[in-house]
Amino acid sequence: MSDNRALDRRSRGRLAQLGERLVYTQEVGGSIPSPPTHGIDPGTASGTFVRVEPTEADLVAALRAGDEETFRRIVREWHSSLLHVAQIFVPTRAVAEEVVQETWLRVLGALDRFEGRSSLKTWVFRILVNTAKTRAQREGRVIPFSALHDPARVPEAAVDADRFLADSHERTPGAWSSPPPALPEDRLIAAETRAVVAQAIDALPANQRAVISLRDVEGWSSDEVRNALDLTEVNQRVLLHRARSRVRQALEEYLA
Amino acid sequence: MIDVEAFSCQELVELVTDYLEGALSTADARRFEEHIGACDGCTEYLEQFKRVIELTGTLTPDDLTPAAESALLDVFRSWTSAQEDQVE
Repeated sequence: MSDNRALDRRSRGRLAQLGERLVYTQEVGGSIPSPPTHGIDPGTASGTFVRVEPTEADLVAALRAGDEETFRRIVREWHSSLLHVAQIFVPTRAVAEEVVQETWLRVLGALDRFEGRSSLKTWVFRILVNTAKTRAQREGRVIPFSALHDPARVPEAAVDADRFLADSHERTPGAWSSPPPALPEDRLIAAETRAVVAQAIDALPANQRAVISLRDVEGWSSDEVRNALDLTEVNQRVLLHRARSRVRQALEEYLA
Repeated sequence: MIDVEAFSCQELVELVTDYLEGALSTADARRFEEHIGACDGCTEYLEQFKRVIELTGTLTPDDLTPAAESALLDVFRSWTSAQEDQVE
């Protein structure tokens, strides 16, 4: 069952302790199979097993050497994320595809100057964000500052206020008046349910969709998302929480 | 007995991601867990929230069309041949 395999793969990498608190254990850039790797980072005296830097350095070296297979692998790995992030700024999938292409042009053109101070991924996504913003401006599209940097300015409840007792309730204000109904387990695991989740994600505002895609679909760590999108920790969590809350609501509406 | 510090259900549903990310203070995390321990509605809510994360993690990103891939490979190939021209 491919579903189970996918879940195993995911949960091994990321959601190590879903039952407790989420502990993100994925190595940065870990999911791209590495070209010849040293395994032990010569820069750390303790000789601990570090994957991040050698893999990155090797990726960059392979790209510089014109290794098409490495490029293809990175494109396959990142394309979906690049598109999602581009669509925060530009209106359509078609324009987002163009932005991604232009991003790669710029990345390759600047590769000689890449010094490895940030991860390759962070660097590429920063270039993408700049490219997308420039493109949006050129098309006369106004990007609300709050799109990424002030999402909390417009409040959005995780659950509709009318499902709780009013503030004026004499004994338990804010308690559930209409608690979430139990979801039928047999339908939760059905393929249609996953399609509902996918549709709910597609229907999200672009900023929420980008964050939930990177975090929960692609399995990025919160630090990776914050760095790539230049977001604060709090705003990243606000967007992620709203996205997950809307998806949960959609699931409840579908199943209950 | 009313604990003035306790979260209401309406407050708790706003804190689930903070809780799961380990972003709550120790005191707030304890209040969160105490509330969950005593409230069926919020226990169900938390479970559903975790299921959403789990289900989302099973989705496969499949946005790379063959056309987009070949366009990007063209970008790469013209870059590599430009590099070679420079060397020569």
